[in-house]
Amino acid sequence: MSEPQIAADTRPWRDPARQPFIEIRNITKRFGDFTAVNDVSLGIHRGELFCLLGGSGCGKSTLLRMLAGFETPTEGAILIDGQDMGRVPPDRRPTNMMFQSYALFPHMTVEKNVAYGLLREGMSRREAYARAAEMLKMVKLESFGRRKPHQLSGGQRQRVALARALIKQPKVLLLDEPLGALDKKLREETQFELIRIQETLGVTFIVVTHDQDEAMTLATRIGVMRDGVIEQVGEPREIYENPKSRFVADFIGSVNLFEATVEAAAPDMMRLACPDAGGAVLVPPQTGLTRGQTVWGALRPERITLSRDRPDSARNVLRGTVEDVGYVGHMSTFRVVLDTGRMIRVTEPNNLREGKPISWDERVWASFRPEAFKVLTE
Amino acid sequence: MSAAPGNPLTRSAPWRGTARVFGWLGISGRTLVIAIPMLWLLVFFLVPFFVLGRISLAEAIIARPPYTPLWERDADGTLQIIATLENYRWLMEDRLYANAYLSSIRIAVVSTIFALLIGYPMAYFIARSPEPRRSILLLLVILPFWTSFLLRVYAWMGFLRREGVINNFLIWAGVIDSPLTMLQTDFAVYIGIVYTYLPFMILPLYANLTKLDDAHLEAAADLGASPMVTFFTVTLPLSLPGIVAGSMLVFIPAIGEYVIPALLGGPDTLMIGRVLWDEFFSSRDWPVASAVAIVMLVLVVAPIMWLQSVQNRRELK
Ligand SMILES: Nc1ncnc2c1ncn2[C@@H]1O[C@H](COP(=O)(O)OP(=O)(O)OP(=O)(O)O)[C@@H](O)[C@H]1O
Ligand SMILES: [Mg+2]
Repeated sequence: MSEPQIAADTRPWRDPARQPFIEIRNITKRFGDFTAVNDVSLGIHRGELFCLLGGSGCGKSTLLRMLAGFETPTEGAILIDGQDMGRVPPDRRPTNMMFQSYALFPHMTVEKNVAYGLLREGMSRREAYARAAEMLKMVKLESFGRRKPHQLSGGQRQRVALARALIKQPKVLLLDEPLGALDKKLREETQFELIRIQETLGVTFIVVTHDQDEAMTLATRIGVMRDGVIEQVGEPREIYENPKSRFVADFIGSVNLFEATVEAAAPDMMRLACPDAGGAVLVPPQTGLTRGQTVWGALRPERITLSRDRPDSARNVLRGTVEDVGYVGHMSTFRVVLDTGRMIRVTEPNNLREGKPISWDERVWASFRPEAFKVLTE
Repeated sequence: MSAAPGNPLTRSAPWRGTARVFGWLGISGRTLVIAIPMLWLLVFFLVPFFVLGRISLAEAIIARPPYTPLWERDADGTLQIIATLENYRWLMEDRLYANAYLSSIRIAVVSTIFALLIGYPMAYFIARSPEPRRSILLLLVILPFWTSFLLRVYAWMGFLRREGVINNFLIWAGVIDSPLTMLQTDFAVYIGIVYTYLPFMILPLYANLTKLDDAHLEAAADLGASPMVTFFTVTLPLSLPGIVAGSMLVFIPAIGEYVIPALLGGPDTLMIGRVLWDEFFSSRDWPVASAVAIVMLVLVVAPIMWLQSVQNRRELK
């Protein structure tokens, strides 16, 4: 009863009984004997903005291309709105894609590129070009309609590609690295524009990116991919706070990883032996762990507090020396070398600390709460 | 095009001295590079062209050379230029020439269209084939060039004759009772020209179509274009330079073709190459023959220039 009823409506994926809008069932794609996508199953709900996140070559584009119909899955099925896409060619699918390479038609002007999809629907030229002009205005290219793609900068091309993919307002929009070539300001504007479109039109977005900040900002849910497999699916906060594996923890945000051994389970606390951290680490009790098992602890830099005096209340305290301090406006990042020789990263908001800021070569205590030390078995 | 020393391209050591010398003369490296093809054009195109032009303004006489000189000294020693447009008037008056030009253009146009219709799918197929097969197919297209052109045309005579391979096969198969007349018709000329010049159509088209980016076809399909619509809105426009190049390479030799109509065509196959031959060697009327050649050159070059300018304008846009 902790979740209010409304949550299931705005977050349909929390309700297991809800039928997803896009169902990816045990999809595998092989190129020769190389497996690019390996037995992926995924349900994406109507109106979601789903981010596929992963390193280069992990199969994100391949998965997207199977949804668009450019690659045939070696195994498995894709259903959109309950319809099996198996035999549906790309031009009949309710999807539109923005290509990683943009794929703008070089022989057409910008406005012709953008209007292309509408003209194929049989819309009148006048209306199609009027809509194209609106779309171009949205991506701030209204005065570029008569240019050819080769007369545009990389970022401008990217925006044309975005406009071309958006104009048909398909049921499903597939965006392959849509904002990579934009500068920071334009990227943020476009991110919010995407969210606005997604909310007003109810289009389902699947966005590929390898920028984790972008995924965190945009996504209703994130799927983290690695070597053709989806490692974890979840809301941004969930993925960040409770990563399932070292890979996910490391991929999303920065993290301090420690190897540890399960030592003893006290009734209210579990003790891990962690030589890197200089002894024992106390964590909340967890099921499924056996004595002597090797586990990993993920500790986010912002969950660590630095102090000159040993804090009395903290249950986990480490001793070390500040090696490096970086000032990033609203916060500072510290590199602290523990007495065990292990380096850890710590971030602190700048407005928290009163008095003289901690600086280079100072001896410090690094403390963290038991819940901050996430125990991972993979 | 000022002096060269400032030009970074010519600054490497062995060139520096040479470039400076040319620089003093007001010649830059760029001018030099352009000069070589210019010289070639001058020697092998413009000079013969002017020679022809000059002969076309003369009158035929029985002498050696068989045309009147361009100038003569009068009895009182003044220089007199003898030039006449009579030959051109003659070309206009005698319907034979106009018919020959029209018929040549028609045969060349029709052949080019057929070469395009046959060559485009072939080039497309080759360009879209996976690598080992692609090289083999390309080799097969070029292979006929390894045998003599004349031999290949003779081979077609063997095919098209009344008691040739095709007729024999059709009679054997029971499709026809009596042999068809194919040799010495325009039909045979079309076959000969299309067959001979097909590789010239396929190769530039192939070169163009291999550059076609799959992503463009996918983007079109993604936006709702059926394969057919994709072809006409994306593939075809993008391959236009290949089509133009291939068509030129077929049309230009086809319009002046002599051997193929002579061997495969009938007595009523009128082509300008043949008229030219007759004028030169049968009538020995060099001036008229030259006029015929000049007019043909203009007929061929004019459309090319026009196409070039259209393409340039398109690129500027
Ligand atoms: N047509 C193909 N033939 C063979 N291998 C392919 C093909 N397409 C993709 N691959 C391979 O599949 C793997 C996944 O490729 P994919 O394009 O999906 O990566 P990605 O996650 O989109 O990477 P990036 O972030 O660099 O775009 C890569 O190792 C790639 O080499
Ligand atoms: Mg990719």
